[in-house]
Amino acid sequence: MAFVFLLIPIVYTIVFSFNDARRTNIIWRGFTFDNWLSVCDAQDVCRAFGNSIFIGVIATILATTLGTMIALALVRYRFRFRNATTLLIFLPMTTPEVVLGAGLAAQFLQAGVPKGLGTIILAHTLFCLSFVVVTVRARVASLDPALEEAGRDLYGNPRQVFWRITFPMLLPGIVAAALLSFALSFDDFIITNFNRGAEVTFPSFVYTAAARGIPAEANVIASAVFFLAIILVLASQFSAAAKRRRMAKQR
Amino acid sequence: MAFTAFSSSTAAAEPIARRRSPIALFLLLPGILYLILFFVTPLISLVITSLQVPDPVLFGQFQNAFNWQNYTFVLETYWQQSVRSAGYAALATLFALLIGFPLAYFIGITLRPYPLLQALALVLVIAPFFISFLLRTLAWKQIFATEGPISGILSSIGILGPGQAITGTAFSVIFGLTYNFIPFMTLPIYATLERFDLRLIEAGNDLYGSPATTFRTVTLPLSAAGVMSGTLLTFIPAAGDYINASRDFLGSADTTMIGNVIETNFLVLQNFPAAAALSIVLMAFILILVSLYVKRSGTEELL
Repeated sequence: MAFVFLLIPIVYTIVFSFNDARRTNIIWRGFTFDNWLSVCDAQDVCRAFGNSIFIGVIATILATTLGTMIALALVRYRFRFRNATTLLIFLPMTTPEVVLGAGLAAQFLQAGVPKGLGTIILAHTLFCLSFVVVTVRARVASLDPALEEAGRDLYGNPRQVFWRITFPMLLPGIVAAALLSFALSFDDFIITNFNRGAEVTFPSFVYTAAARGIPAEANVIASAVFFLAIILVLASQFSAAAKRRRMAKQR
Repeated sequence: MAFTAFSSSTAAAEPIARRRSPIALFLLLPGILYLILFFVTPLISLVITSLQVPDPVLFGQFQNAFNWQNYTFVLETYWQQSVRSAGYAALATLFALLIGFPLAYFIGITLRPYPLLQALALVLVIAPFFISFLLRTLAWKQIFATEGPISGILSSIGILGPGQAITGTAFSVIFGLTYNFIPFMTLPIYATLERFDLRLIEAGNDLYGSPATTFRTVTLPLSAAGVMSGTLLTFIPAAGDYINASRDFLGSADTTMIGNVIETNFLVLQNFPAAAALSIVLMAFILILVSLYVKRSGTEELL
């Protein structure tokens, strides 16, 4: 029951991406592939989508880099203010988005920074950062330090040990963190809305269009993203399951 | 998944960490500076803004001051919306718990012998995240719409009077909040139940505990950490949310929450001090909750 409940709006959104709707997409008028074949016909949908992708990629790169570095330091080193640091990383995750958004907007206002793609990217990097730290940290903590010691024993210098041993083993965690960042950035509306100025992202396009009726093309983009994400997740689940089975057989 | 982060785990014995090192500083500095620059200073900016007064000469500009009356003004003007936000968010959290706990129990314990089904069920729970939050919410609006199927059935059996609608009511806003935050509740609870030792339930049964007693005295206390972090993860974004309650989605003028008020004051009315004061009030409220949580679980368990 709960599963059905969770999936109802998803099915609705996908079904209505095939709706033969002229202007608004509220009443079912019959099945068509037109929306899928001419996604970019609806004004601004594709530009908003492109902006969202661009913002997501840059913010993900920034957040993943900074977050991975923090995660490594948190697990590997004891330092003063470690508890304060942990708290500083935890708090953005528990701060309501309106407060994060309004705070950044107030700061940009006081500093006289014009809002645009740059301010959106700065804001997205901020809220993705904490989630990256959490995700990568778990991976660092589960790493066997004996492997790095072995690398050092074999006369690897610290750089070689990091890039040949530590980094490849952290990679699954880093990739997971990057995917999470991108998903968070791509779907964010509230923080974006405070800091976007005149720029349009996909969620802000949907929000503005909600008052006058969403074009079916928005449903097409959302559905396409959904299918892509599901395929990625299923593929990773199955490959992980297959790997476990191989490992079990070898034993 | 980051959600597991909130279910305090006694992490696998961490390798013996080295003491102070320039490398640690190098690793930490950029990220920490980023957080100070774009998290701590914005909060300070909010405090400064919340105390500003209108510029006597330039209309629409504000001057730095120490005008704490902004706070009394927003609390007097918007106390209804503030109380409503807390109430809606609390109800949504409760409903999300009532749906999320059994769901997490089903996936984490009932499906445990079938790893593939378990993985699939988890994907289904996360699936809503992959479709735009706003479109999901709009979909409910259209399902509930006056011309829609549900309104039709309800008015034909007389539950819904003529001219009454489901959207725009407290019910639809709380419904939307519950729906949107179920995964935030389910995943941390699942994370604790996934590691839960089933032999404890067996032991409970062996000691002549009825299933209900075993559940109450064994399973529930042991999943308390997940329930707590799920509650926090659901309540906080729900209290600050303004999409579900906004007029173009599931709400109406009678259902506006604190998030809507902050947005309107900041982006539409450009009354920055009022918006900032409200944000600080909301943040203070959340900080009280978070500090209770930290007090219970300790900073080591935060991440």
